Amino acid sequence: MTSLFSRRSQRVLPGFGLCMGFTLLYLGLIVLMPLSAAFIKTAALSWQEFGAAVSSPRVLASLQLTFGASLLAAAINGLAGLLLAWVLVRYRFPGRQLLDALIDLPFALPTAVAGIALTTLYAPNGWLGEPLSRFDIKPAFHPSGIVLALIFIGLPFVVRTVQPVLEEFERELEEAAACLGATRLQIFWRVILPTLLPALLTGFAMAFARAVGEYGSVVFIAGNIPMKTEVTALLIITRLEQYDYSGATALAVVMLLISLVMLLGINLLQAWTDRRAGRAEVAR
Amino acid sequence: MSKSANRSDVWLKSGLLALALGFVLLCLLLPLALVFHQAFSKGLPAYLAALQEPAALSAIQLTLLAAVIAVPLNLMFGISASWAIARFDFRGKSLLIALIDLPFSVSPVIAGLIYVLVFGAQGWFGPWLNEHDIKIIFAIPGIVLATVFVTFPFVARELIPLMQAQGKDEEEAAILLGANGWQCFWHITLPGIRWGLLYGVLLCNARAMGEFGAVSVVSGHIRGYTNTLPLHAEILYNEYQFAASFAVASRLALLALVTLAARSLLQWFSHRDRAAPVPHEQYAHPASATPAGLDTAVNVDDRRSKTEASRRSLLSQAMAWLAAGVLDAAPRMDALPGAGSLPGVAESLAGSSNASTSRELHEHRSS
Repeated sequence: MTSLFSRRSQRVLPGFGLCMGFTLLYLGLIVLMPLSAAFIKTAALSWQEFGAAVSSPRVLASLQLTFGASLLAAAINGLAGLLLAWVLVRYRFPGRQLLDALIDLPFALPTAVAGIALTTLYAPNGWLGEPLSRFDIKPAFHPSGIVLALIFIGLPFVVRTVQPVLEEFERELEEAAACLGATRLQIFWRVILPTLLPALLTGFAMAFARAVGEYGSVVFIAGNIPMKTEVTALLIITRLEQYDYSGATALAVVMLLISLVMLLGINLLQAWTDRRAGRAEVAR
Repeated sequence: MSKSANRSDVWLKSGLLALALGFVLLCLLLPLALVFHQAFSKGLPAYLAALQEPAALSAIQLTLLAAVIAVPLNLMFGISASWAIARFDFRGKSLLIALIDLPFSVSPVIAGLIYVLVFGAQGWFGPWLNEHDIKIIFAIPGIVLATVFVTFPFVARELIPLMQAQGKDEEEAAILLGANGWQCFWHITLPGIRWGLLYGVLLCNARAMGEFGAVSVVSGHIRGYTNTLPLHAEILYNEYQFAASFAVASRLALLALVTLAARSLLQWFSHRDRAAPVPHEQYAHPASATPAGLDTAVNVDDRRSKTEASRRSLLSQAMAWLAAGVLDAAPRMDALPGAGSLPGVAESLAGSSNASTSRELHEHRSS
């Protein structure tokens, strides 16, 4: 109690009670109350009902597709994002700032717009779909189309987490490694990549988390064939439209729990990134 | 030897550059170009007609309405949450930050679903709402609520790290000199966070106008009534009216481009603010005054101490400005708790080595 008091007497700035009160009230009303509704609704189900709702073959196929496509897309985003961050930080070329601004396009572009644009682009008569179909590659209405949409959605995450770390990176370390006779590949693997790894993993995890719940950009290109190209988010909507509220909610709770675990993982990764940065600061 | 290394350098550089640009062209630029190409594929009259039919107009209105309600609400929340989090210590702070981030990691579909569970016909408040003839789900309030949910963290997320990095020394000095909370926020806090604040609002707005998944669940797709622009584009697309659908989509794409341009502009502004003299003080940020290439280990230390020094001078100048111009400081300061030992309080509060600060405070007070 005394510690509470002494702490309070040190507060000079006003408004803590008001701001904290409004913050908690608003958070509770907008986020926590509705989210808890999903859990409470599911708690009314028996274990058998819950199990049946989340382990039917259709659900399992959708989960497998969602997580497989998200993992693949996030991995490709990891590589492409690293490349783009590298090019943006290390190279000077005309239009660099334009490229830098353009990276955020998937954040700013509504997902539905991305969805119909990508579908038209990769449709058999589309700009890219037509040449690809000659090689018998048909991304539209195929799992590969889902991966393409998820790559689009997740791209900025990796770039924007790796970019600041790369900007802070000290070139002297590279120069020292080069002076000591390291090849370029060795420098990349032994010096640069370990420094970037936490940020890279954070970006990867964010892109993955976003991809798992993605709906708008995927729903058009996927074609939504049950068991084949139906992602979990869409299955939830399908169940809602059939007035299967408890089935939809059970599935939503599974997805929520998974995203909570991923949120925890991302926070741990970010703490790791910060610690890395902190240690580098101390070492100076 | 160095020549051959240089040549392979150039090859590597142009190779990586070409790869990156090619990827961006294929993945980002081509879809964007396609939206505009398709929108005008049936000519300008068809484009304009698609945007002027009644259903499109009502979709535009609803989209604007949702944004006009969601953005100010989340702006207010963002400011109050970042003030509480960045300016005070309390238990469970990191939990609170994680909870604020939560809507980002919730799938939009689930965001819509949970509101159906609360306000829908079979939901918690469903019977009560039905009795009182209030419609939330499949009506406009549901769309607004879902929009508020998905845009919930945007402003707070921009502001919290920004305000944490700024520290609270200057605000505390202002309060100790007698500024009230509102003056302190308006004159000290806001100038420092304005670009971040605008950026947060911008992102919040872009998302509010473009949200699809969550709104789609709660809207019920009633044409002319509960259709937002993205939903309208979807319906037209599913009806094979591609040109009209892309005409609507092109509006949203334009919004995205404006958002990106404004973002770059804001970045440039905040950069300029840091490089150029800040209003009220002749003060240049040393970090941006030092050429980036000179960051040797020695230089960094040097730089840091310079930053510290100029921060202190900024602080004292801010206080002089406050004391001289804005307020009648002396009488109100005596009313503050612990004003009798003000130098000591200020020192312990500011936390850092602000000996000159407390001296200044003392001088101002005695004068």
